[in-house]
Amino acid sequence: MIKIEKLHKSYPIGKDSLHVLKGIDLHIKEGEFVSIMGSSGSGKSTLLNIVGLLDVHDEGDYYLNGQLIKDMNEKKAALLRNKFLGFIFQSFNLISYKTALENVALPLYYKGMARKERLQVALDYLEKVGLKDWANHLPNELSGGQKQRVAIARALVTKPKVVLADEPTGALDSTTTDSVMDLLKDINNEGMTVFVITHEEEVAEQTKRIVRLKDGLIISDEYTKASKAI
Amino acid sequence: MFDLDRWREIFQSISKNKLRSALSGFTVAFAILLFTLLFGIGNGLQNTFKNEFAKDATNSIYIWTNRTTKAYKGNQIGRQIQFKNDDFTFLKEKFGDKLQTISPRVQRSEDVVYKDEKDRYTVRGVYPEYYILESAKVTEGRFLNYRDLNEKAKVVVIGRMVEKDLFGQLSAFGKQIKIGGIIYKVIGVFSDPGGDSDERYIYTPFTTMQRLYGNNDNIGDFGITYNPELSIDEAITFGVKMHRALKKKHNVSPNDQRGIGINNYASGNKNVSGMMFGLSILILVIGFGTLIAGIVGISNIMVYIVKERTKELGIRKAVGATPKSIVAMIMQESIFITALSGYAGLLFGVGILKVAGPSLEKFFILNPGVSQPVVIGATVILILAGVIAGYLPAKRAANIKPVVALNAD
Repeated sequence: MIKIEKLHKSYPIGKDSLHVLKGIDLHIKEGEFVSIMGSSGSGKSTLLNIVGLLDVHDEGDYYLNGQLIKDMNEKKAALLRNKFLGFIFQSFNLISYKTALENVALPLYYKGMARKERLQVALDYLEKVGLKDWANHLPNELSGGQKQRVAIARALVTKPKVVLADEPTGALDSTTTDSVMDLLKDINNEGMTVFVITHEEEVAEQTKRIVRLKDGLIISDEYTKASKAI
Repeated sequence: MFDLDRWREIFQSISKNKLRSALSGFTVAFAILLFTLLFGIGNGLQNTFKNEFAKDATNSIYIWTNRTTKAYKGNQIGRQIQFKNDDFTFLKEKFGDKLQTISPRVQRSEDVVYKDEKDRYTVRGVYPEYYILESAKVTEGRFLNYRDLNEKAKVVVIGRMVEKDLFGQLSAFGKQIKIGGIIYKVIGVFSDPGGDSDERYIYTPFTTMQRLYGNNDNIGDFGITYNPELSIDEAITFGVKMHRALKKKHNVSPNDQRGIGINNYASGNKNVSGMMFGLSILILVIGFGTLIAGIVGISNIMVYIVKERTKELGIRKAVGATPKSIVAMIMQESIFITALSGYAGLLFGVGILKVAGPSLEKFFILNPGVSQPVVIGATVILILAGVIAGYLPAKRAANIKPVVALNAD
């Protein structure tokens, strides 16, 4: 599903440049539940942004669903994101003046789905994350956990191949963290590839594979007990 | 092109971000409002000037006689100069090519009677072209013609106010009135932009007048309109030449300003057109200034709006919005707001001008108003400015990497 070979990425800082990713090789197959761990500055967010086509890499090859990602313009990237990828962010990134339902329906709008249909589909997904009754509430009327569940519904609504989660539980307490993780597990059990970035061991342990990053390089890549349990 | 979903997005964005929308709308509305008001007031000033000079033909020259104030060529001071018919011939022969119309004039005040109504009016003996000088318009019947002149017919064309005074609501056309004891037939009624006093004259053929009152070939004065193809300076020169020629003919000292008098409207026109020119420049500068202020305002607000929305745009991009759809959304929203509020400002401004217009007349502002094309043009310019001002930041926002946009606050 995701295949990365010798990936490099630097950011210019003034005259110098900061070498963030120094040759990453990673292969994630369809249906995997992978977490990327590392302290801040290890390059994990950069990796996720590149995988999510939110940012571009400098060197190396990246194949998404077998397609080489190269010379992407914003339009192509937007279409691919809409088609293959769903995002979950630490800070939820819901549009503040739209209701939960409208937020969930937004990716379908850009897909070109008719209004009635997309609202119905969005409502189905809100029901799936247990927030059907909150469909017409604005984000600031929801708790952190609820917001993240709305964001998850939004990530799922286009039936993406890969769900990318950047510190999905970073802003949540432990109870809500568990409920969010349960949701991600459910998604994975339905066959979706889930790619989580976190620095919390408890979160990583619930995934099936942990990739540890340090200073832009992979230092370990192992399957967890959770994967063996199945 | 009509995309209901896009409009829904835009209306939601507008109604959920009222302050932002109100700010940009207000800027445009206010700019157009000011533009309308200033332009309207400027036009009102211009109208006042135009009106002052529209009472008679703007290319008129009047020439009259008086007593001399200087002795010249053996003639004593205080000699009364008298124009005769040969002066008329003289002017026509000598200056024919520079003249549009020329009419000699004799006038006297007479009692005019119709049935029981009686009043005193000035009766003027003139040529058929005379109506051009007064900018008079015949509202009923006809003006004098050369047949009346040749036959020395006892016919009159009366002013609107004469008809009103003597005939009340009835029509004077075809009726007979008694002027100084002589019966005349009313062949026409005229109106005159010069107002009530100019509409209290009675015109009769010049020849009739000469024959009935005095039976001589005296001429009171001349009314002339110069060839409109002459430039103002040429017309002024022409007036001076004519004046000099007549003085010479009547042995009036070239330095005598009284013996023969002349009023050439071209001199006045020169001042007025200079003033009008200055005024239109002023209006243009003011209008332009307002527009630029509006453009700067709307540009600032567009930059602010796009900056404020950077994060939202990043979210939209993350869920699959193409750069094009983002630019289109912002453009459409800004065009909608500027067009709507521009129109509101226009209506408001026109409304104010209409309500306040009549009370402004004492400030020399007459019929303040703006022509639709000018204001619509101004609104279009503002919309374009909004589009351009919005396009650049929108384009930039649409092209920054979503990850940067998402991290924006």
